[in-house]
Amino acid sequence: MRRILYLLPLIILAGLVVAFALRLGDPDKETLPSQLIDRKVPQFALDPLPGRGRALSSGDLKGQVSLLNIFGSWCRSCVAEHPMLKRIQREYDIPLHGIDWKDDPEAGKAWLARHGDPYDRIGLDPDSRVAIDLGVTGAPETFIVGPDGRIRYKHTGPITPKVWKDTMLPLIRKLRRTS
Amino acid sequence: MRLTAALVVAGALLAAPAAAVQPSEKLDDPGLEQRAQEVGEKLRCVVCQNQAIANSNADLAADMRKIVRERIKAGATNEEVIQYMQSRYGDYVLLNPPVKPKTYALWGGPAVLALIALGAVLVYYRQRRTRDAEDAPLSAEEAARADRLLAEDDDAAADDDRRGEAT
Amino acid sequence: MIVEFGHFALVLGFVVALVQGVVPLVGAQRGNAGLMAVAPAASLAQFLAVGTAFAALTYAYVVSDFSVLNVVNNSHTAKPLLYKITGVWGNHEGSLLLWVLILAVFGLALALFGNNLPPALRARALAIQALVAFGFLGFLLFTSNPFARTMPPPVNGQGLNPILQDPGLAFHPPFLYLGYVGFSMAFSFAVAALIEGRVDAAWARWVRPWTLAAWIFLTLGIGLGAWWAYYELGWGGWWFWDPVENASLLPWLAGTALLHSAIVVEKRDALKSWTILLAIITFALSLLGTFLVRSGVLTSVHAFASDPTRGVFILGLLAIVLGVSFALYAWRAPHLKGGGLFRPVSREGSLLLNNALMAAATGTVLLGTLFPLIVEVLGMGKVSVGPPYYNYTFGILMIPLVLAMAVGPMLAWKRGRLGRALARLVPAALAAGVAAGWGILRSDTAGSAVVAAIGMGLAAWLVVGTLVELLERSGFYRHGPATALRRLPGMPRAAWGMTLAHLGLGIAIAGMVGSSLWKVESVQVMAAGDSQTVAGYTFAFHGAREVKGPNYTAVQGSFTVKGPDGATITTLDPSKRSYEVRSMPTTEAAIHTTWVGDLYAVVGDPAKKREGFVTRLYYNPLVPWIWIGSVVMVLGGLVSLSDRRHRVGVPARARTARRQTDGEGA
Repeated sequence: MRRILYLLPLIILAGLVVAFALRLGDPDKETLPSQLIDRKVPQFALDPLPGRGRALSSGDLKGQVSLLNIFGSWCRSCVAEHPMLKRIQREYDIPLHGIDWKDDPEAGKAWLARHGDPYDRIGLDPDSRVAIDLGVTGAPETFIVGPDGRIRYKHTGPITPKVWKDTMLPLIRKLRRTS
Repeated sequence: MRLTAALVVAGALLAAPAAAVQPSEKLDDPGLEQRAQEVGEKLRCVVCQNQAIANSNADLAADMRKIVRERIKAGATNEEVIQYMQSRYGDYVLLNPPVKPKTYALWGGPAVLALIALGAVLVYYRQRRTRDAEDAPLSAEEAARADRLLAEDDDAAADDDRRGEAT
Repeated sequence: MIVEFGHFALVLGFVVALVQGVVPLVGAQRGNAGLMAVAPAASLAQFLAVGTAFAALTYAYVVSDFSVLNVVNNSHTAKPLLYKITGVWGNHEGSLLLWVLILAVFGLALALFGNNLPPALRARALAIQALVAFGFLGFLLFTSNPFARTMPPPVNGQGLNPILQDPGLAFHPPFLYLGYVGFSMAFSFAVAALIEGRVDAAWARWVRPWTLAAWIFLTLGIGLGAWWAYYELGWGGWWFWDPVENASLLPWLAGTALLHSAIVVEKRDALKSWTILLAIITFALSLLGTFLVRSGVLTSVHAFASDPTRGVFILGLLAIVLGVSFALYAWRAPHLKGGGLFRPVSREGSLLLNNALMAAATGTVLLGTLFPLIVEVLGMGKVSVGPPYYNYTFGILMIPLVLAMAVGPMLAWKRGRLGRALARLVPAALAAGVAAGWGILRSDTAGSAVVAAIGMGLAAWLVVGTLVELLERSGFYRHGPATALRRLPGMPRAAWGMTLAHLGLGIAIAGMVGSSLWKVESVQVMAAGDSQTVAGYTFAFHGAREVKGPNYTAVQGSFTVKGPDGATITTLDPSKRSYEVRSMPTTEAAIHTTWVGDLYAVVGDPAKKREGFVTRLYYNPLVPWIWIGSVVMVLGGLVSLSDRRHRVGVPARARTARRQTDGEGA
């Protein structure tokens, strides 16, 4: 018994070292899991990009599986993600909506003009009202919304081909089957 | 996004380290503003590193402050506002972690640690006393006399010590 | 050329450290004096090698050698010379080099001043010291080479983070490292003692001055950091319970406990295995701090940007250094037999109680710091542990500790009389009552009244209790004031040291509690001619103008502050700097300090909607007491360190002869 007491520091150290090692090896350590999984998309109705039309409201995220992408012209990772979004729009038949977050509308328009516009509907969220309602921490983030208007998945950071193929696409297909 | 966000956030943090709440954000009613400030100090800025939204200059923190103030102005209680943020960002947004099974170890830990430490001290004395008793048991009277002598001795010794130091 | 020379010196230091880490250990095991004598010589060589490397990097900074990547990333020609030099440790690689240099300095000090130590103990301690250095030099060379070149060299550097271009923060890391690394001495002595299987009073006497020195540096380092946060972050906060701040507080708490438990080893030959464990834990927590800051495992405002290989390397280093030490402890410590006896109510007893509470407090801060990480690793989501948690838990643990701090020194060694001590402390209890009452009157909410009553009461209890102890010790109660006055100057320095350190803590507690509870803040837009009243003081704003610094431009506001009676107290000129190279602004608060509080002004951006500037005005009551208290604590440490029984070089015989007649504490 006393012996174990003297071993205690070593045991605690071992536990901590394992915890640190697991944490160092975790690529997702900065990602905050969404609180809204399986909950309904919060009610909102956002203004469109000026001149573009096709505004976005929560009602548009119903009836079929859809993607909701948070972006902004100020967001560097969004540029990196953009080709993937264009590919999704081109190759898969799934509505992709965007929220232009904390952006100057003109800057957002110019950014889309330069990099291409894969979005169906776009809403402007200049003061993070909807972003906070969605529990967004940064851009890009992408939600998968089911036909029932419930959020089923959130991806933080640029969608990589791997995430798309291994996680998002199978989920979308499953949601389509079950509805 | 994470890495970039971290950089952007770090930049934002370093960019303007001054206190966050801007005059334009403040509510007119000082009582409500006071409450908004209290709530703001309990909520973590989710894109910052261990900062309350009340002290953060991040854009998102400013927007969160705005929503806190709107809701308080609309008649929400402090708890309701905090609950709203918790429903969006989870326990992560609470600087004061809630007491629930997940955090029992956190909240109970200090008390357990203190009890273990004090318990260890008790065990230490108990073991000592056993050895003490084995060495030389004294009668009550002897012990009292020894106590008296020792006390006198202590004083005398203390005085000697000082004399020694003064020279 | 000089840069390559520095790099070479670093490699040389690495090799020397390995020799110093192995040969003397073998020598001590075999009783071979020749092999043991390698240790001091190698310490000198290692110091020269690492010192040369540090000098070479400093040279590269001073001459702005932009072929060195580290200089490119952290310096600029337009920077003042002071910040070119302090920029050397304003980054991961350079600060790590400083870390290793300090390790070498301590090793050299032990080699130079350790002549009165048993040769085997000295050889072993120096070897352990060198093995730690070996690990960190490897870390530097293999993952964080400060001498890496870049081709082609850019025309100019990227500049130093403006936040680091400040005297407070420039000198905060060296003191912090002197503290962290200073605890390596206690660690090396502890491991050496475990190898020898012997701990005695002499061991404790050798360890205490080194621990005390490290404690003094760490206290200064933490104090400087808090002071910097106070005037630079621009909202009067000075401690945030940030993980990295906690990482510096943890070794401080453990080191404080170690200082106290070593006294019991020295006086009573008891608590040996506990003291050894504390010595290892204190340095372990220093290493943990280094790991947390540099691995990216925790997110914090202060963390260096990190890459994963560094995290893995330093985690491995941590695991090996501490794993071996704790294993050795588990093996050898059960055989350390304590000798001396003492009653629970005695000086030793109070030191033991101090240790129990300090250990619980250290464990609490550690738990809070690592809890988010543990929860996440266990897959239970994310939580935050912020200031409220620490204020409750750590705060509550401090209450019995401070209560006992006034009583403990009043008790005699071996067996004390609680009743007599408490009777003497009646004035302290009265003072505590008055202070608590004042705290309640000063507060305007029930919550802050409770905290104020407890905090101010404890502060007064500790300050007055410590003074009562001083009187008691001087013979005031038994022999009258004349004798007391005659004796006071001759009292042992270590006793004075304890008195000052405890007084300092009492003063600092009052400052911490008062400033957190009673801060008055006012944020508004002001144009020239506007006035704002804060806590009875009227701040009149005279507008702002542009001023130019060596590598920045600043908007400087100007205030005149008048007291409640209308008399002008001071003018305050806060500014907001914008550094050209990194285009980052920093705020420079203007502070006028009085004995009971600070008038604090910050000027922000021009207002958007109307003419004027955003200004933040604060009255921060009792903040100066935090700094005064910290300085008094440091002074106490220094006075105690100057006690001739701690002074290095005093022949061991003289110390042993004096041992029986001592009557003082920390």
